[in-house]
Amino acid sequence: MAEGIKDKVAIIGMGCTKFGERWDAGSEDLIVEAFSEALEDAGIEKKDIQAAWYGSCFDEVNVGKSGTPLSLSLKLPFIPVTRVENFCATGSEALRGAAYAVAAGAADICLALGAEKLKDTGYGGLPDMAQAMGSKNRLTFPTITAPGAFATMATRYMNKYGLKPEELKETLAMISSKSHSNGAKNPKAHLRRAVTVEQILKAPIIAWPLGLFDCCGVSDGAAAAIVCRADMAKNFRPDPIYIKSMQIALSHGEELMYTDWDGTYVKTAVHCAARAYQEAGIKKPREEISMMEVHDCFSITELVTMEDLGISERGKAPNDVRDGFFNLDGKIPCQPDGGLKCFGHPIGASGLRMMYEMYKQLQGKAGERQLKAPKIGLTHNMGGFPAMNLISVNLIGL
Amino acid sequence: MAGIISYGGYIPRYRIDRKLIYKAMGWLNPATFMPGEKAVANFDEDSLSMAVEAGLDCLTGLEHSGVDGVYFATTTAPYSERLNAEVIATALDCRSDIRAADFTDTPRAGTTAIMAALDAVKAGSSNKVLVCAGDIRVGKPGSAQEETFGDGAAAFLVGEDDGIAKFIGSSSVSYDFVDHWRSKDDRFDRQWEDRFIRDVGYTSFIIESLAGLAKKFAIEPNQVAKVVYPCLYPADFPKIAKILGLGPGQIVEPLLNQVGYTGTADPLMHLVKALEETKPGDKIAVVSFGAGSDALLFEVTDKIDEIRNNRRGIGKNLAVKRELTSYEKMVSFRDILPTEKGIRGEMMAFTALSELWRSRRQILALVGSKCLACGTPQFPAQRVCVKPECGAVDRMEGYRFSDKKGRVINYTGDNLAFSPNPPAIYGTVDFEGGGRFWFDFTDVDLDKVKVDMPVEMSFRRKYVDDKFGIHGYFWKAVPVLD
Repeated sequence: MAEGIKDKVAIIGMGCTKFGERWDAGSEDLIVEAFSEALEDAGIEKKDIQAAWYGSCFDEVNVGKSGTPLSLSLKLPFIPVTRVENFCATGSEALRGAAYAVAAGAADICLALGAEKLKDTGYGGLPDMAQAMGSKNRLTFPTITAPGAFATMATRYMNKYGLKPEELKETLAMISSKSHSNGAKNPKAHLRRAVTVEQILKAPIIAWPLGLFDCCGVSDGAAAAIVCRADMAKNFRPDPIYIKSMQIALSHGEELMYTDWDGTYVKTAVHCAARAYQEAGIKKPREEISMMEVHDCFSITELVTMEDLGISERGKAPNDVRDGFFNLDGKIPCQPDGGLKCFGHPIGASGLRMMYEMYKQLQGKAGERQLKAPKIGLTHNMGGFPAMNLISVNLIGL
Repeated sequence: MAGIISYGGYIPRYRIDRKLIYKAMGWLNPATFMPGEKAVANFDEDSLSMAVEAGLDCLTGLEHSGVDGVYFATTTAPYSERLNAEVIATALDCRSDIRAADFTDTPRAGTTAIMAALDAVKAGSSNKVLVCAGDIRVGKPGSAQEETFGDGAAAFLVGEDDGIAKFIGSSSVSYDFVDHWRSKDDRFDRQWEDRFIRDVGYTSFIIESLAGLAKKFAIEPNQVAKVVYPCLYPADFPKIAKILGLGPGQIVEPLLNQVGYTGTADPLMHLVKALEETKPGDKIAVVSFGAGSDALLFEVTDKIDEIRNNRRGIGKNLAVKRELTSYEKMVSFRDILPTEKGIRGEMMAFTALSELWRSRRQILALVGSKCLACGTPQFPAQRVCVKPECGAVDRMEGYRFSDKKGRVINYTGDNLAFSPNPPAIYGTVDFEGGGRFWFDFTDVDLDKVKVDMPVEMSFRRKYVDDKFGIHGYFWKAVPVLD
């Protein structure tokens, strides 16, 4: 394996908008809001930025394609701006682009910004998947939505591990309840209400067996990171955060078209995590990782992700959930900021929003949610469906 | 000698108790009351998709590549221009050097298509012609037709040799008898007075064509084992038999109170039913009605059992049903009652017809590929083998999944996705012999779906793009019938 980018790139500034149904704000407003905070946090000027990566997914229906929505909104002066899109890992991809440019020596200071104005698409939930699947796939793919696709993992998980629907649903409810309790403590979260397991279990079914509270919200938001060469980071601030690894893994058809995947886990996540741990030098993730922001688009996703990331053993994540292992006061707090559950999932922004929480926690600036002396934070995005997807796993630390 | 080589049938799973229709609309016209139930196509079915299902049944165990003609009879073709018969031929993975034609405009078209197919075979122009008839005739709410019309399909493979029924001959009468009509802009049939249709047309044309047949082939009524003719008026149906001197055992019991009157498919479905009930040596006369009448005479051979034991035909399709417990569902399936579709139902991705052309075998016939290097079947067809340890490039041959059974790997019932019959049920299917893909499931209730449930594939209308006038077809998974 190549030597990787561990400790070559530092994050010196981050910004994150208030997430929510931002009827008051368009994409331009969200971009400016996230960027201004990041710029101030880094203590640099706009002219110091040498290149930028802009992540947006469905937002292209609002702002169009290319990097120009970013360059025009921020009046970036003729610097390279690259628009990236990679399903739900779009925000993480923007950061990976910026970090790789710095690691390669192509630029010293780069901006990564992801923004998504989902509430202008007119949909509750993500827009119709047929539009995003391509002209051939839509002729053959089922009438799939995101909650439905992930719900299929839940029906299979129950079957494999002999769980009754009420057993799995209660475990999943504990996952969502935990995130809601964290989100209630976060002024930037969209949903800021604690919700009990009982309330969650009573909610209407969206896609069997997932109910309303098993699904993340739908919101608008933007988040940004400014990265620079690690050796110059302390010129800007005393507490820069270092990137330990950034990995992406994509499905190649095996899960959807070949018959050896059992549908109770995410194959790409296993590969991606292994590479990320190797790049970061992590040997025992359950002991070395301090905290995580994973892609809890649905409660079942968070459950199997704990197994895919090697935190819980196969089939044993429900035990860890019940033991409070992932709670704010647990061994590895998961979704300390409230997760997608409470932030919603403006796709281009989510990866960077997760990174924002890890960054603030590592700097000891997470307010009411502050964890005790975290050292390594993990972010994880999953784009697409369990049978055809891409995964991003990133590690940052002191 | 030309004749029938095989038959197939299809009846949609949904049946509605006519009392529900009458309860909803009987206030408008109390005289419409009819007993029994009728078959109602699901929202994802139309005359063409049902014809494909009947065609698949008909070709069970036979080489699809042996078919060199596909005729489709219907009065409710989804397309006025785009050869519906060729959509069926492609869905059945037939060859391209074949004849394909639609027969339409009258419920008589089903028997006319069979006669044309037999003539083509007799003339030596075709070897094996598949005739499919399917209809999904829609009656106006509150009309007698709404009670009478049912949905269904039948198919016959006709050819020169190895027939299950030899074709003796036919006799037709053709009249511009305007009992009912539908102009190019009409959604529903219009109809003249029943007494006129019954007395001037229905009884007399059927008798006239049958009399012609009897005279032509010197057949006495007692020499025919079974006579099939449509039951448009239950009170007058037995009168025809009486006039013809036929006993009760000679008449094929009509499906009117189980399926309804199925238009072009009606005489063909009843012919299937007759073949299910006869023995070698029996003569069967099948008579249609519409702008005149066709009468055809067949003689059953000793090959009948080979086919009868391997077809779903009418009997097995009739036995499997789901109660449609809502009149409103029935009329919303047919778009008679406009329903709120929401943005997910309204927004429709564009159909790239050039893509459909390139991928026609994959999409319409569910043909994927099988790797010649490692033997792995895969759908859709791949250039690079999907088996991780293989990865061979361009070592593929076509592999048809439409006739393979499978089992459910995972599933959900999705209330967020737009479905005219929610929840949208879908999941992953592993095929017997290898291969996996995800499909919509249909004709099943969510509480019946289980991991490992056996499924088979059914040809369905996947979407209708009203803006571009496109009816998109693909395959869905349904519970295995037997």
